[in-house]
Amino acid sequence: MHYDLQPLYLTFQLAIVVTVILFAVSIPLAYWIAFSKNRFKYVIETLVSMPLVLPPTVIGFYLLLVFSPQHSLGHFLESFLGLRVVFSFTGLVIGSLIFSLPFMVNPIKAGLQNFPQELIEASLVLGKSRWTTLYRVILPNIKPALLTGMIMAFAHTIGEFGVVLMIGGNIPGETRLASIAIYNEVEALNYDTAGLYALVLVGISFVILLMFYYLNRKPLKIF
Amino acid sequence: MNKIRFKKQMHTPQGKQWLDIDINFPSGELVSVFGESGAGKTTFLRILAGLTQPEEGYIEIEGEVWFDSNKKMNRSVQMRKIGFISQENTLFPHMTVRGNLEYAWHGQQDFNLIPQWIELVGLKGLEDKNPDQLSGGQKQRLALIRALIRQPKILLLDEPLSDLDIQARLNLQDEILKIYAKTKITTVLVSHDMAEVFKLAQKVFVLDRGKIIKSGKPQEIFVNNDVSGKFKFTGQILEIHQDGVLNILTLSIGNNVTKVVATDEEMADLKVGSQVVVSSKAFNPLILRSQKN
Repeated sequence: MHYDLQPLYLTFQLAIVVTVILFAVSIPLAYWIAFSKNRFKYVIETLVSMPLVLPPTVIGFYLLLVFSPQHSLGHFLESFLGLRVVFSFTGLVIGSLIFSLPFMVNPIKAGLQNFPQELIEASLVLGKSRWTTLYRVILPNIKPALLTGMIMAFAHTIGEFGVVLMIGGNIPGETRLASIAIYNEVEALNYDTAGLYALVLVGISFVILLMFYYLNRKPLKIF
Repeated sequence: MNKIRFKKQMHTPQGKQWLDIDINFPSGELVSVFGESGAGKTTFLRILAGLTQPEEGYIEIEGEVWFDSNKKMNRSVQMRKIGFISQENTLFPHMTVRGNLEYAWHGQQDFNLIPQWIELVGLKGLEDKNPDQLSGGQKQRLALIRALIRQPKILLLDEPLSDLDIQARLNLQDEILKIYAKTKITTVLVSHDMAEVFKLAQKVFVLDRGKIIKSGKPQEIFVNNDVSGKFKFTGQILEIHQDGVLNILTLSIGNNVTKVVATDEEMADLKVGSQVVVSSKAFNPLILRSQKN
């Protein structure tokens, strides 16, 4: 049985990069959605949640279109910044960011919306800025929501197939993720190798979700 | 002098209603806004704090203009320097007693004063506890000093004692009086508890359906003038005790707890917590020289 660990390694590398970036992006975005009184915020909310309902291939298709060197954005990125997005790791990251965004934003948004308003006001009354209030008062108290967002985004990125296949293709060591490698091996009738990758993914997903539910079982003691 | 004048539309269960306020009171006074729930008391305090914005008005506290709708001027809540204590628990649950106080601390103050504050309100030994390990009274004491640490220009109390049992409430009223006597900080107490207002406030504004309908000293406002007694006190019943044929009421009057006898007739609609006026007629009191003088 021939196998290499490259697709698994690449999958986790992608999941970590995507989770870190999404975490940083989603806190301000979720904060804005939770507290803004802007009448267009429902449009943004809808856009954020679109990946939940769209087939991944649709998102992948549009990303492929927009970032292809024939398109003005793709052309600009490639000729001025030397950045090729399609069929590269960068493309995988961009596709995964969009595809996993609601999994990070929605739990954080719910955490922020459920946070008692009077505690936020108590902090403002003490002369603290909104920023200080966010990171000293709100975030420490919504750790379960933050953890949920991180775990969901991480796990969801590991489980991707459609988007990453469309935008990344199947280049060994560059864009061949574990989920794609499984498909590849099955096509080549290498069931043993496909089975090994599949088993590793099942095991890791199980451990991640088990950890998540265990931590949420008694959140107060952990945090 | 503090000048508070504004109009704000409120949405009450009975429909829309204007909160229309125009009051003045001197700095350093402890005043109370008294009224039933739904009268607009909390909105009044929130507007003073800068948490809610009125449609129009002018607010000047301790000589500083905080809000002036004509000049489109609205000082932010952070810049108003207020101490706000509400009936809800607003202590930060993830911080200890000390942590809550340190959070309120501002750079220019002496950090070493925190232990003194903790001791002043009887929380010594509880510094490393979390707020959920404190009793209701201890929580509100902590909230009180957390508010005072900022050295606010005005202290806003929104029914801060309403969730406490009667003994804790009486103790904390004494605490508030003690702190007020020490700091002489301008204080606005919002309450629907007559005995509390009577005990704490120097001046009362009675708020009814969005308007101040009466103002004056608590004695003038609350004491029913039909009774032409020579001595009149307003108090609250703490306990009703039957001793043979006598009904003995334990009352909280001002800072004192006293016992009086009541007839069955008087007892008819009294229960623990009732507000009462105690008066006596045809009575020659003994007058003794006070030891303190």
